Amino acid sequence: MTTGEVKLIGAWASPFVMRPRIALNLKSVPYEFLQETFGSKSELLLKSNPAHKKIPVLLHADKPVCESNIIVEYIDETWSSSGPSVLPSHPYDRAMARFWAAYIDEKWFVSLRSFPKAQGEEETKAALAQLEEANAILEKAFIDCSKGKPFFNGDNIGYLDIALGCFLGWLRVTELTGGHKLLDEAKTPSLSKWAERFCNDPAVKPVMPETAKLAEFAKKIFAKPHA
Amino acid sequence: MAEEVILLDFWASMFGMRTRIALAEKRIKYDYREEDLWNKSSLLLEMNPVHKKIPVLIHNGKPVCESLIQIEYIDEIWPDKNSLLPSDPYKRAHAKFWADFIDKKVNVTARKIWAKIGEEEEASKELIEILKTLENELGDKTYFGDETFGYVDIALIGFSSWFEVYDKYGNVNIESECPNLIAWAKRCLERESVAKALPKSEKITTFISELRKKLGFE
Repeated sequence: MTTGEVKLIGAWASPFVMRPRIALNLKSVPYEFLQETFGSKSELLLKSNPAHKKIPVLLHADKPVCESNIIVEYIDETWSSSGPSVLPSHPYDRAMARFWAAYIDEKWFVSLRSFPKAQGEEETKAALAQLEEANAILEKAFIDCSKGKPFFNGDNIGYLDIALGCFLGWLRVTELTGGHKLLDEAKTPSLSKWAERFCNDPAVKPVMPETAKLAEFAKKIFAKPHA
Repeated sequence: MAEEVILLDFWASMFGMRTRIALAEKRIKYDYREEDLWNKSSLLLEMNPVHKKIPVLIHNGKPVCESLIQIEYIDEIWPDKNSLLPSDPYKRAHAKFWADFIDKKVNVTARKIWAKIGEEEEASKELIEILKTLENELGDKTYFGDETFGYVDIALIGFSSWFEVYDKYGNVNIESECPNLIAWAKRCLERESVAKALPKSEKITTFISELRKKLGFE
C-alpha cells in the first residue's frame, strides 16, 4: 500500500536519519522532512516513538515506523516496484547484509565514536587500533558481499551500503579534528574506493552533510568546558 | 538437494531457544550441537569468527549468525509452513521493532541482576518497567502477533525460562508485576516447539547459582 503522505522526523546531521532519506530517494518517494530542533524533542516525536523517543521516525499515512534499518526495509518492501531493490534478493545474502549492518552499529560505530573521546596518547592509540581492526573486518566483508561489483549490494547501492555509508560524514569530521586518517587507502583500498563512489551517488549527495558544516556543528555539541 | 542443517548452541541460551523454536515451527530436521562456552569448538570459531558466539545456524555449510537474523532466514528459506513474520510491510516493521526492543533492553538489564554485584535493585526495577512495556504492547492479544504465534513471541519467550533467576537475585516477583505476560508465556509453552526448546526454569536457576559460585559472587 503505497498511498498516503510520507513524513520523516529527523535532523540533518544524524547519520541514522540519513538512512531512510537515501532509501526514499532511491525509490523516488516524495516526503516532508520534519526537522527536530537540537536539544529538544517535539510532541510529535514523543508521541510517535514513545519507547525510545529517538529519530528517525517515518510517518506513512500517520502510522509510525521506528529504527533506521527497520525503516529502510519497510521502504524497500512498500515501494517494491519503484527503483532498484534495496535488499539483496537471495535469503542468504539478505542474512549477510543484516548481519553486517548489526556489526556496523554495535561494533564499528562504537569504535568510531570512542576515538574522539580517548584521552591521552595511550587511549588514542588503543582506540585507533580498535577502529582499524573493525575497518579490516569490513574491508573483507565488502569483498565478500560485493563479489567484484562497485557496492556491497552489487551494481547499485543498497541496505548495507546505506548502513555504513551514512557515517562517512562523521568519519571525515573525526579525521579532521583528530588529525588521523581513519579510512586509509593503503590499509583498506576497496572500502576507500567504495566510500568515494557512495558519496557521489545521486541518492546520497543531496542528504550527505558538508564536512565543514558538520565539523562546526560537532564543535557546538561536543564543546567541552575548560578545565 | 539434501538439506544439511546444523545448530551450534548452548542449552540455557535464550537466543539459541529462538532458533530451536523457529526450526521446530517449520518442522526442519537439524543436528543440534552443544557448545562448551568455556572451551569453544573450532567449528564455532570458524563459522562465527567476528563474535565467536552461539547460536550459529549452518545451512549446507554456510553460517548464519545472530538469532533474530536466523529467524528471518528460516522464514524466508522455508516459506510454506507456519509463517513466522507477517506479510504486510507495516506489520513486519512493527514486529521487527519490538524484537529489536527486546534485544536492546531485556538481556542487558537482566544480566545486571545476576551477573553484577551491587546493581541488582536498580536493574530489577528497570527490568519490571521493560516487561510492563512489553505487557502493554501485548494488550489482550493471544500472542504479540495477534492470533498467530510468531517473531516477537519467539524473540521473548526464551527469557521466561530465566524469570525464576531474575526473581531470585533481583528480589522481585515477575508474576505478580506482569500477570498477563506470565499468562502469555504459559500459552506459548502449550506449543510443542516452545515446550521442547525451553529448559525447565529450575535447571537454569541451578546453573546460575553454580556459575555465580565459580565467579566468586557467592
